[in-house]
Amino acid sequence: MKKSSIEFEDIIGRYLNISVADENYRIYVEEAGKGIPLLCLHTAGSDGRQFRHILNDKEITKNYRVIAFDLPWHGKSNPPEGYELKDYKLTTSLYKQIIMSFCDNYKLRDPVIMGCSMGGRVVLHLALEHSNYFKAVIALEGSDKLEPYYDLDWLYRPDIHGGLIQAAFVSSQIAPQSPDKFRHETLWHYMQGGPGIFKGDLHFYWHDGDFDDRSALIDTSKCPVYLLSGEYDCSCTPERTLATASRIKGAKATIIPGIGHFPMSENPELFQSYIYPILDEILK
Amino acid sequence: MQSIEKWINEINSNDRLVEKGRWINLTFTFGIGQNDYLFEIIEGKVISTTKRTVLTRSGTFKIQGERNAWEKHWLITPPRDYHDIFAMLAKKLIIIDGNLTPFMQNLQYFKDLISSNRQSKN
Repeated sequence: MKKSSIEFEDIIGRYLNISVADENYRIYVEEAGKGIPLLCLHTAGSDGRQFRHILNDKEITKNYRVIAFDLPWHGKSNPPEGYELKDYKLTTSLYKQIIMSFCDNYKLRDPVIMGCSMGGRVVLHLALEHSNYFKAVIALEGSDKLEPYYDLDWLYRPDIHGGLIQAAFVSSQIAPQSPDKFRHETLWHYMQGGPGIFKGDLHFYWHDGDFDDRSALIDTSKCPVYLLSGEYDCSCTPERTLATASRIKGAKATIIPGIGHFPMSENPELFQSYIYPILDEILK
Repeated sequence: MQSIEKWINEINSNDRLVEKGRWINLTFTFGIGQNDYLFEIIEGKVISTTKRTVLTRSGTFKIQGERNAWEKHWLITPPRDYHDIFAMLAKKLIIIDGNLTPFMQNLQYFKDLISSNRQSKN
């Protein structure tokens, strides 16, 4: 048998335990690179694998320590003990506490935080409430408010396969130009979500996390805000992103043609040309 | 936009699509403008399409849009808002009505069935 060296990716994965609101959470986290911490938050119903191209991008990791953790109930992060006793429902308060507890436990200093979709929403909350802590926030497919357009109950009922319908729902948010291999990898993550978790996340994204009444209070001179959204995103549409940017004085918004709701995972090569200039600007 | 016959041929000759729809046995209504068509599906194959002439015949559920909207959906590279029936739904470019349970149980199948009328790149 021919011997060959193993070609590992640069990503290192490990676990840590954090406590939030009297609950213990076992969290899975991946990281690569060194430099300014760049904390990445995945979309509703998915997990940190969405950021594998960022984690493996040497152009980024030469200056940034890229970190992506799975929220509790997602990916390889456990739900807390007793999860079986009630349905999961992500609230704004819990979401923010988990992120800040992670940052504290991971001893991050002056991190940049980049979230997609619901992650793109919560980073706006954090830009307001922790403007002295975060060096900058990047909201991918982020807005301060959305209008629901389907009934969430379809996502969690015994006569419908949760994984299949989650993937089928979000397939509408991927651009037709995105490469098939990345489209289906992005959908695969949705097929693997736990029962009712995507629905529980959307409680935050569609209802509890509305922020349009406070987004104007963000001080971008303390914490710069960047918004990047895809032309084909039918959830956080370009119009919603631009409306959000118009309420945040000093926010910089860009619409990416030919991409959808998952820029970092559905078309990583195209995404590079839009994320590099932002990360370069933050470095300066 | 291809003829209905050519579209049905695209569906039934797609083995993977038919395989994914192998549990589906129903008739649904597909509306193009004022014209409704009844698509009868047995085990994932479309075995008949009938123009709906009387309102007492209907499908389990109905998907309806204007001709112009479907023509954009069926372009090789559809514009935003027209690229997927759920994107069209979000923009109120189509209407979905009736018993939606079998539709949701097989959502990607029905999306693929409808988009398979997309113009071929060849």
